[in-house]
Amino acid sequence: MDSAVQEKPLTFKDFKSEYKPVWCPGCGDFSVLVSITKALAELGVKREDCAVISGIGCSSRIPAYTSVYGFHGIHGRALASATGLKVARPDLTVVATGGDGDGFSIGGNHFLHACRRNVDMTYIVMDNEVYGMTKGQASPTTAADWKDSKLTPHGTGVAPFNPLAIALSAGASFVARGFAGDPNGTAKLITEAINHKGFSFIQVLSPCVTFRPEQTEWKKIVRKGEIVGSNQLAEAATFLATDDGFSTGVLYETQRPVYAPVKEEKYTMKEIEESFAV
Amino acid sequence: MTSQTVSIAITGAGGAGVMTAGQMLLDAAAKAGLYGLMTRSSGPQIRGGEAAALIRLSTEPVDCPDDHFDVVFSFDWMNIDRFASELPLRSNSVVIGDAKAGDGPEILFKSGARQTLIPLTQSAKEIEGGRPNMVGLGVLGELAGVPIDALTLILEKGLKRKGPAALASSIEGVKLGMKLAQDLEAEIGINLHLEPKAKDITRWSLTGNEAAGMGVLRGGARFCAAYPITPATEVLEWLAPNLEKVGGTLVQAEDELASVNMIIGGSFGGIPSVTATSGPGLALMTEALGLAVSAEIPIVVIDVMRGGPSTGIPTKSEQSDLNIALHGLHGDAPHIVTAPNSISDCIFTAQWTIHLAEAMQTAAIVLSDQALGQSRNIINQPADLSFFAKREVAPAHVEDYKRYALTKSGVSPMAIPGTPGGEYVADGLETQENARPSSQAEDHYNQLDKRERKLTSYDYGNHWAEIEGDAEFAVITWGSVTGPVREAISRLEAEGQKIKLISLRLLSPALPDKFNAALKGVTKALIVEQTHSKQFYKYLRAEYDLPKDTTVLAKPGPLAFRPDEIVKQIKELS
Repeated sequence: MDSAVQEKPLTFKDFKSEYKPVWCPGCGDFSVLVSITKALAELGVKREDCAVISGIGCSSRIPAYTSVYGFHGIHGRALASATGLKVARPDLTVVATGGDGDGFSIGGNHFLHACRRNVDMTYIVMDNEVYGMTKGQASPTTAADWKDSKLTPHGTGVAPFNPLAIALSAGASFVARGFAGDPNGTAKLITEAINHKGFSFIQVLSPCVTFRPEQTEWKKIVRKGEIVGSNQLAEAATFLATDDGFSTGVLYETQRPVYAPVKEEKYTMKEIEESFAV
Repeated sequence: MTSQTVSIAITGAGGAGVMTAGQMLLDAAAKAGLYGLMTRSSGPQIRGGEAAALIRLSTEPVDCPDDHFDVVFSFDWMNIDRFASELPLRSNSVVIGDAKAGDGPEILFKSGARQTLIPLTQSAKEIEGGRPNMVGLGVLGELAGVPIDALTLILEKGLKRKGPAALASSIEGVKLGMKLAQDLEAEIGINLHLEPKAKDITRWSLTGNEAAGMGVLRGGARFCAAYPITPATEVLEWLAPNLEKVGGTLVQAEDELASVNMIIGGSFGGIPSVTATSGPGLALMTEALGLAVSAEIPIVVIDVMRGGPSTGIPTKSEQSDLNIALHGLHGDAPHIVTAPNSISDCIFTAQWTIHLAEAMQTAAIVLSDQALGQSRNIINQPADLSFFAKREVAPAHVEDYKRYALTKSGVSPMAIPGTPGGEYVADGLETQENARPSSQAEDHYNQLDKRERKLTSYDYGNHWAEIEGDAEFAVITWGSVTGPVREAISRLEAEGQKIKLISLRLLSPALPDKFNAALKGVTKALIVEQTHSKQFYKYLRAEYDLPKDTTVLAKPGPLAFRPDEIVKQIKELS
């Protein structure tokens, strides 16, 4: 590769890999992939300086469809691996991705602690209110009365998890919602999220056309940019109190200390060893 | 006996200063040119409650507790019966109590041990700001032959922050204690004084957990994600300030699932990474260990074993995590399992394991245990070893880069984020050479072979085991049990009997050629391990050919092996 090629600004296509996604035709995740690559192109990051980290699920296959460094780990642990990477390598741009089951159910604890830890990275959850890879079971964001799963034929009977409210109360410093049907709007949110200093969380409504075909109607319901953002926690929370989950935009952004341990080599091993000498 | 040695147990209620007195005695002994080992024993209370400092001082380095205690020193007899099973005594043992507390409980005297009461509290009261534990320190220092100069040096170091008045009263207390002990020695006619042999050798005082932390730091680990668990927490607490000193980082995780996945993330980023845990934590980490094996990301997990299963006996030692460390991973997941055989060896084994994990790009488990981890040992300053993390990395702009290329050694150059042209996806899915996921049989066979080949074709040198002596009778053991086995063998040698020691440091992968060579000429074997279900014996049976005449001495925790039990067993078999 010669340097002339390197210097030419990368377009979103340069951030896509040659691999054909495993997703079903019409899946919202195609569009989220476009938004992520557009955001990376917009930010002008180098491919080698960026890593996309995921767990398990349909949307967690996304790292392979980008051309940056990727990590496709185990179910629910994307945020843990992303945290380790960013803390050990603060020079990298780290984006964690995944679905609602991966992030809010098996990975729920890591979600809470990533929000409060405030490591400078971005977490994008493609929320389709269903486990798709295992062929259609209720997830934490599924409505209590959804009866189309063989696993919960009477519905879950459990109130759904509210990702934005949880992120807000757990201390996330950037909280937003996007929609797969609005790839440019979502790309803009992702760009802002990556630029934000600290932990940024974006819930992206991403329809599952196979197990939740009714979600194709979301494009008629979603209200782009309707969220009234604030840097005041109480105002953001008040907005959520009457929110139906279909508005998009940045809900909350604030600045608080970023978790970033100081890395400074101040001692030699000999000096450390001397502390054991009697 | 090749070395002269004194064993002292100090017991008392929380707040009596048992541990302070114990540690000061140990450090002063080191200053005086002696060696020693101190094990802590405490009740289930979070703070307070009764505690015991179990100390063995010696003119030669010591790795394990002795058969008996020569002296039991109790400040108040508080619940001392709880420790009775940990305090083997004999007829010439001396049990010293405070006159104020009256007679000790009967259980201590079944052995025929003698009781002596001294005016401990009363003496402390005679000194302004005097404390009974400092008088006690003086008594014990005198009994073991630790001179006042060494005790004073340690007091000066330990009480620096408390000011000159506290120091002066402590020194006075120690001197008074020494006087009491001299009277006692004359009265009952004992002399346990140790005579130091080599005073000018630099000695280190450290626990196995600190040693393991030091080892991984020496090995090049620069990232740690930590979740506290007894008895491994001190590894992490030692690493927190010390990683920082060399430009590394420690992050406290929300659970063990997070800590292990965090270090996988850190190591994916090119930074040698480590965590420490105990059995329950290791169980939570096993899924991620499989990911590290599959994605070929080097990580090291130090498992400081305790009594199991489940919560078990968190403060006591056992070797019963061997099975999960060897076989806990799902799928065919070849990985490294090592075990230090002494507190001093925790440094080497931890350092070597970082080196192995990095060289072979795989997951490694170090099996330490509570007996090593939480005991404090006086050792000779160990040599600086050259083992340092050295990962084979891919340079920039490799044409047609293949992360999982099928190389002869099985190790393929790893592209580290930041390297242009190396972009790939590390994956828990089976992959082709180019890291693209695959469910094809050929790819699975190739990658399984590659991951196995890395470990089996590696040259582990002589470090895979400690082999000492040559005889037809061999004792095969591992981990902290090596200490009492070694001492048993040296006692028998003093009586003219030759025994071979084989202590395995590398438990996985198994190395049949090396093991067979070590067993050459051996016709009789004794296997010694601290488990109930003979896990080590079953592992040896599965991987190696043992002599027909093989006996197993297995006992679970919480009680430590004492050399005498092993001597008796060998004599029975000879």
